[in-house]
Amino acid sequence: MRAKIFISFKNGVLDPQGKAVERSLHTLGYQEVRDVRMGKYLEIELDAASREAAEARLREMCDKLLANPVIEDYRFEIET
Amino acid sequence: MRWGVIVFPGSCDDHDVYDCLKLVLKQKVEFLWHKDRLPAGLDCVVLPGGFSYGDYLRCGAMGRFSPIMGDVVEFAARGGLVLGICNGFQILCESGLLPGALVRNASLQFVCKPVYLRVEETDTPFTAAAKKGQLLRLPVKHGEGCYFADAATLERLKENRQVLLRYVDAKGRPTASANPNGSLDNIAGVCNEGRNVFGLMPHPEDATEKILGSEDGLKIFSSIISSLSKPEKKVSAG
Repeated sequence: MRAKIFISFKNGVLDPQGKAVERSLHTLGYQEVRDVRMGKYLEIELDAASREAAEARLREMCDKLLANPVIEDYRFEIET
Repeated sequence: MRWGVIVFPGSCDDHDVYDCLKLVLKQKVEFLWHKDRLPAGLDCVVLPGGFSYGDYLRCGAMGRFSPIMGDVVEFAARGGLVLGICNGFQILCESGLLPGALVRNASLQFVCKPVYLRVEETDTPFTAAAKKGQLLRLPVKHGEGCYFADAATLERLKENRQVLLRYVDAKGRPTASANPNGSLDNIAGVCNEGRNVFGLMPHPEDATEKILGSEDGLKIFSSIISSLSKPEKKVSAG
């Protein structure tokens, strides 16, 4: 199975990189852009007996290592 | 007393701490490789600055899973003193030994300069030799030192007086311009509820001799040494 994991800052956490990108887009004339938030994206290949089993393992991986629950939220998609 | 300085792959201020303890303060100190166990009989464990595991994923995210960290968590639970400086602070936050997290500086720039810190609390082994409100001049050198905690955590930190150092200006005021990284509430260092684990972004080990521009960092180390010299405070590492 292949999983795509998306990690983003929680609301309320400063995201100066997102702000810098937003300013650059404005400078380039994309005035319609608002509220840019930068995050992380991971692709993982894993073996699992079922989709549910994979979900449980991925949640564990995110909680333990891939995301920091103090500052980040995560979600993932599984492709079979 | 006996000190241990943990060496992670990517630590770079381990020798600064070691030299300050050994040469300036004449302490018994040893390096501890992150894959080894914590030896018995230590009084204080230092997690030094640097870039453990290249800061990959998040600063300190992988250092917290180094084999020695299980022992450090146990050591702290028994009341042993743990000091985390810069990357060490990040690792302590990631491991849950300290509340909050350290994220990218608000300026997006690496800051490397001396700053003023105000000592907020003195009833800890790390600040006992200082006076409340005393200013310390210490260097910072980091790209991800912006302290963050959610509102409930910040409330708890204040209630328990766990904020030990704040960034201030030369007159001791915690202004926005005195804040080098955008830290919440100008927080530069916090301790745990048990007051035996302390993490800070500034580097006391780099301000321990006149030739370095400041000796104010000695306040932190001499606090620890005098706290542990009192026999009733002595903690056996088992």
